This record gives sequence, C-alpha cells and structure tokens, in this order.
Amino acid sequence: MKKTSLALLTGLLSLAAQAENIAVVGGFVHTMSAQGSVDNGTVLIRDGRIEAIGQGIEIPAHFRVIDAKGKIVTPGLIGAYTSVGLVEVGSSAGTVDASYKPQDFSKAGSALDVSYAINPDNSVLDVSRIEGFTLAATGMSSTHTLFGGQGAIISLGDSDNLVKPKAFMSLSVNNGGADDAGGSRASLWPQVENAFAEAEALNGKALSAKDEWHGYLSKADVNALIPVVTGKMLLVVDARRASDIRQVLAFKARHPKLNLALLRATEGWRVADEIAKAGVPVILDPEPNLPYAFDMLASTMANAGRLDAAGVQVSIGVETHNLRLATQHAGNAVANGLPWQDGLAALTINTAKLFGIDKDYGSLEKGKVADLVIWSGDPLEAMQAPEQVLINGEAIKMESRQTKLRDRYLNLKRDTPHQYMRP
Amino acid sequence: MKKQQTGRLLLATLTMAVLAACGQKADKQPTAPLVEINKDPYPSTYKALPSPATLITNVSILDGIGGQIEKGSVLFQDGKIVAVGTQVEAPADAVVIDGKGKWLTPGIIDAHSHLGVYATPDGPSHSDGNEATKPVTAQVWAEHSIWPQDPGFRRALAGGVTSLQILPGSANLVGGRSVTVKNLPGRTIQDMKFPDAPYGLKMACGENPKRVYGNKGGPSTRMGNVAGYRQAWADAQDYQRKWDKYAEEHKAGKNPTPPKRDLTLDTLAGVLNGEILVHMHCYRADDMGTMLDLMKEFDYKIASFQHAVEAYKIADRLATDNVCSAMWADWWGFKMEAYDGIRENIPMVHQAGACAIVHSDSDLGIQRLNQEAAKALGDGQRAGIDISKAVAWQWLSANPAKSLGIFDKTGSLEVGKNADLVLWSADPFSTYAQAERVYIDGGLAFDRQSPESWPVSDFELGQPGEGDVK
Repeated sequence: MKKTSLALLTGLLSLAAQAENIAVVGGFVHTMSAQGSVDNGTVLIRDGRIEAIGQGIEIPAHFRVIDAKGKIVTPGLIGAYTSVGLVEVGSSAGTVDASYKPQDFSKAGSALDVSYAINPDNSVLDVSRIEGFTLAATGMSSTHTLFGGQGAIISLGDSDNLVKPKAFMSLSVNNGGADDAGGSRASLWPQVENAFAEAEALNGKALSAKDEWHGYLSKADVNALIPVVTGKMLLVVDARRASDIRQVLAFKARHPKLNLALLRATEGWRVADEIAKAGVPVILDPEPNLPYAFDMLASTMANAGRLDAAGVQVSIGVETHNLRLATQHAGNAVANGLPWQDGLAALTINTAKLFGIDKDYGSLEKGKVADLVIWSGDPLEAMQAPEQVLINGEAIKMESRQTKLRDRYLNLKRDTPHQYMRP
Repeated sequence: MKKQQTGRLLLATLTMAVLAACGQKADKQPTAPLVEINKDPYPSTYKALPSPATLITNVSILDGIGGQIEKGSVLFQDGKIVAVGTQVEAPADAVVIDGKGKWLTPGIIDAHSHLGVYATPDGPSHSDGNEATKPVTAQVWAEHSIWPQDPGFRRALAGGVTSLQILPGSANLVGGRSVTVKNLPGRTIQDMKFPDAPYGLKMACGENPKRVYGNKGGPSTRMGNVAGYRQAWADAQDYQRKWDKYAEEHKAGKNPTPPKRDLTLDTLAGVLNGEILVHMHCYRADDMGTMLDLMKEFDYKIASFQHAVEAYKIADRLATDNVCSAMWADWWGFKMEAYDGIRENIPMVHQAGACAIVHSDSDLGIQRLNQEAAKALGDGQRAGIDISKAVAWQWLSANPAKSLGIFDKTGSLEVGKNADLVLWSADPFSTYAQAERVYIDGGLAFDRQSPESWPVSDFELGQPGEGDVK
C-alpha cells in the first residue's frame, strides 16, 4: 500500500515538473466546439489543460510560444475502433494480445479486458501519434466468441496511457458473428438475448465466488455484462446489412437502458432515418465499397455523407497499424458527400461523445485536456501532415521507429555499414 | 492371354520392320514437321470502344514523363493520342471538352492486382489466386482464374485505372503467369487482355512460401526457398537445351523426336528466353539482394520487385541492376518482413535513381492509387526529397508500363500512344479529386457525370445498391 502511494505521488510530481505552459499562436484553429473556427487564434495551455482560446489573447509570461501562423490547428484525433497497443506484428511473430482462442473461463468473451494488455511501448503508438492521433479506442480484433470483450480508451502520450478502462463491450451481429455463434443469426440473437437476460437477472449485483450460479454464461462473463445491461458501459455492435441494423435497433427498443453504438453499418444509409431516430451513433470504416459478403451488398462510399445528412452522428477511424489512413478515409467521405466540418468531427468530437469522454477530450475548449495538432494544411488532404502534436499539453517528439529507419537510409552513400551510423 | 500378347508384340515388330524397309527403299527418311509451341493459345479478343476525335482543352496536363502543361490541350482520335500542347488544332467535328480547373493525366496502371482471381464477394468459391498445391506452379495462368464479373474492375475504373496486371498470389515460390488487361469490362477474360502485352511470372520471396509449405513438405526456410528457385531454373535450362537440340537436329534433317511438353518448364524457359517478365514478391532488402544474384546466376531479368517494403535500404543496388519496385505508400507491420516499412519508401527509391511504382495489391487501394502517390510524395517532400507532381506521376503510369513491357503503347501522354487517359475533377494529388472521365484507347469508359452509364457487373444486377454511386 505504501509503495503504491509513493509511486502515485512520484507520478504526479513528474507530471507537474514536465508540464510546460504553452501558447500556440497564429493558427487557424478548428475548436470543434460551439466557438467554431478561429482565424489567427491563440490557444493557451497551462498544466496540460486548455486555459483559453481566441483572438488577441495576451500571452502570460513564461509561456513557451509555438508559432502556428499559416497552419491549421485541430483537436488531437481519436482512433475510433483500433487495436493500438495490443498488436506489434500481426502474423507469425509471437503473441498478439488483440486475439483470443476461446477458453472455458470466458466462452462468451465478455470477461476479456484489454486494459491489462495494453503496452505503451508498442511501436504503433509513436507511428500513430506523429500522424495526429492522440487517443484511441482499442479493443480485441479476433476472439470467435459471442462478445468481443471490453475495450479501453488509451492516450498515445508519454504517460497516463490508460484513460478509460472498460470503456466499451464489443459484439458482432454480422456474418462473422453468425459463423462464430454456430453458423446462423437464428442462434446468434437468442444467445445475445439469453446473455442479457442472465445479466439483467443479477439486478446489478455481481456474482461472488461463493454464489451458486446455474446460468449458461460463466460467472466472469455474466458479471462483465452487468454494466452493459445497465447502460453504464457502451455496447459497440458491428452490423452490416440493413436487416441486421434493424435487429440492433429493435434490440435497443427491447432493452431501453442500453447505451449503444453501431460499428461499420455498411448498409446504414438504407436505414439512416431509423438509426437517427433511435439516436444511435455509428463508427464507420467508410472505404469498403465492394460486396465483400452478402451482408454488405449495398456498400458505398456515400454512406458517411448520407448518414450524416439524416442526422446520424458519424465517427471514422477503424484501423490499427495505419491509423493515419483515417484522415484519408474522412477526406474520401467528404469527396463523397460528407461536409468537411463533419469529416473532422468524425475524427474528434463525435468519437469523444460516442465513448463518453467529451468532458475532457474531442474539442479545444477551456478546461479540456490539451491534445492538439498543428498541421501543415488541411488534415484531410493526403499530402498534408502534422508538424507538431501536443498530448496532455506536452509537445511530443515527432519521431518513431519509422522516422529513424528513414533517417538511417536517407543517404545510401556511406563508407561504413548503416547499422553503425547514428541517425 | 499371354499368347495373345506375344502375338501383338510380334505384329508390332513386323510393322516397324516393314516401315524401316520402306524408308530404306526411298533412300531418305521423311522429316516430320517441326513441333513448335503455340505461345498465344488464348489470344486477346479485346475490342476498343468507339473513339471519335476528342479535344480536351484548357486543362492542367501531367504528361506522365515528368512534364506539366498549364492550360494545355490533348487531342485524340481512333484510339491514339494525336496532339499534346498549348496550341492544338482539332477537326471541326471533334468532341470538345472544357477542362477548366481540371487535370488530365495518363490512365493509372496498377502493376499488382488480384481482381478476378480473388473476386468479391470473397470466400472459398472465389479464392482462385493461389494454386497452393506445390511450391513451383509455373504451369498455371492467372487468366484461367479471372472472373470478369468481379465488381472490383468497375470500381477501379472509377478510380482512373485503365490497365492492370493480374497476378497469382504469393503462396508459391513460382506462382504462375500473370496477365495484363485493359480495364474494360468483358464477358471473358480474353475480351480484356491487353493486345501484345508480354506475359509476366509471379514469384515470391520470404515468409509466405515457407509458411504455406513449412508443414507440406517444404520449403520451410528462406534457404529452402532459394534452393527451390535455383532448381526450377536449372530444370528450365535443361528443358531449353532439349528444345534447342531438337530444333538444331530438325534443321539438320535428323528427324528428331520432340521433347515432351512440360507446361511448368514452358513458362520458366519463357523467362530465360526473355519473353516472360518476372515480378517477384519480396519485402526484405536482403531477400532482394539474394534475388539480384539469382537472376545473374541464371541470366534472366527481374522486371520488378513487388511490395519491396525495404527497397529504400538497397535502392542504389536496384538502380544499378535496373529492377523496378512496386510499393505501397504506407502498409507495414502485418508480418515481420513488413515491420520496417516506412512512409518514404517510394520517394527514396525514386531519389536513388531506381524505378518506383505505386501499386495496390488491394481492391480498395486500386481505387485511389493517385492518393497513395500523394501520400508518398508529401512524405518524401517533408523528408527533403524534391520531387514534383509531374515527376511523381511516373510512379502511376510510365513506370508500371515499363515494368509490364507496354510502355511503347501506353503510360504517357505522347503522340501515337494509346489514348488511355483520365480527366480529374481537381489536382489528383488531392484527397477530394475524383476521376470524372476515364478513356481507354480513346473510348469513354467511365463518365462520373452520367450515372446511367456506370458499368454494373452481372453480380450486382438486382441486388441492393445496384447502380448506386460507389
């Protein structure tokens, strides 16, 4: 206990010592808040949080000034559905914490919890954050279980990475989900309903080791579903064809407490009004526009724009190693009908709202965590990139393993072997 | 039973003796006609769309060989480019298109596609890209797997792709023949085959073959992979010698028996003869270094390394040996040999004087290859590599055309070349730019402004989303 307190205290001290007060000056600031966009704006950052934003703000003494004249300033981007921090190399290179082979302890998968598995030293964090991503929702990618486990929100900063453990529970009701549930939606949905009935029957009280239990789910799995059935934990449901999306909306109608988001919603545009009416936000992977399976026949890159036009809150950013593609995906969604401002919202504030972290993240507002990006130009343009990223108010090193490899080989004309050359 | 057999044998011997006697009587053996191998048994039946005289004016032109013309014009007719410049005269009946604010480029050529061999909807029924039954399958031809109804062809067309190479997968050391096609939907693959394009041969380095065959009799290591290629080339050399000997003896009137056809060795010998171009899937720099020696050992040409994730580490050697690298802008980390992928790979290869190609290997990536080039160009420029957009467009058209052996026909906006071109709504290095009009051999193959003209594959007919914007 003593040890823990000491560790905590040291952590706090080191944070306070590191926190530099910064003024980002002269940029075109997209606050993504009610303040809108501010030309030639100043963002004051004190102790890792935003103190003020506006034009002509006086810069207090001892604030380091970062010149953003001619640049675009946005909130830090949020990976909407990733496995960042859980997978280093995808195939044939050892443990991948984003995948799970079902075991008796958790046959239904709901007890899986990625907050134990996140590795802040994972190289994907550096690679992603220099591309403007400061947070990511991260979860399991392959479980072959009814539920895909509990995901977390992580910061890509240098410390305090676990922002929100147990942030969401995953569920797939697409073809893949049906396959894992015995091959049919006719089995999948009764299993989901049963799992909910068992969790609801506990009336909010988790089973202890001593409790007698005759349910179908394991104790660990049913306990993990309690916050889901009470609406305290977001349920993210991957549904693709229109009829599956309708099933999800009907499920929410049967379980009104449920806090629900749709993932992928490939044919969402066909039922956009119903999604909007149910107030369910969606996380889109807007690129796939091919009929990869019979549950995504009507896939189109116009999906994001059509959902947005119907009043659905849209998030974009389903990737892991190449999280930077999310800006390109949003740009392509814009080229296919999504308003630009909503494209940027899909990478920032919408995702913060979806995961219930908008009190601290997702926009540049007084009191929020100072995660922000200074861009060379339009963040949704393929040729533009971040010039400086701030996370928790700290200007991060704009370096990754990849930039070091680049620098090592930029000049191939060397007299000594490359590995003996310092970058 | 036994008796009968003996009788037959006797009869056979007698017949031969009679024939021999006849030959002797004529005093000269009749020479059997020379057995030759038909090298084009599945010929192209491609027919271009009508190509009326068309003039696109007042447009920003990237000519694909490094030049940029502002307020330029391009005239094309009967499938060929007739004129490029700022002062272009057009016939009175020419279709004139005002390109104000728009950009005109050569059509994009994807050097690495699996459209049709891994068609959508995907699944075992459409998994036709890897003949993963033994490590060397040079006898298989991708064109015999391709489903021309793959909706991916139409999507790629909307992304400005006018030609593409379709390859077998990378499970095998030698995966089989590739084929280069025009991206114009046809009923059979022969309807799409690029006339007179040489065949390619897909080969693969590294992790994939050893993973696939590690428990299926090998190879299970990289050294096993290399032994496999070497034996295959040695066998092909032997096969070549047999056919050469046969041809020589035939020429000398010796009436030789032709060697037994071997479809695997036909293709491999085609590489050694310089008729078939090798496109080799390799990620690691050291793997590519070994392959450069291998090609010298057996005296053949590797036209391109495919993926070449570490090409930036040996770009100088690739330049010296004149081997192209077909690359992604930013894919990395999905396996160990992709772990050192960097965003500047393409511009760094270009900077070293080697041939850089932007490829897709993806039915989504192929729709936005211009954006892949844009990302690579931006990343290169930020690393201090000074490349213009006009020069960078070579990655999308001229260089892939060179690697496929079709640069004499397409890949740049030069007079006399095929009128394969794309009119973009804006600067194609922008995320927001879209291909508005795509011409293949001067025929308007895609017109974004006219939704009723968008091609819809048979598979998509009658399905949700039929004819929708994609």
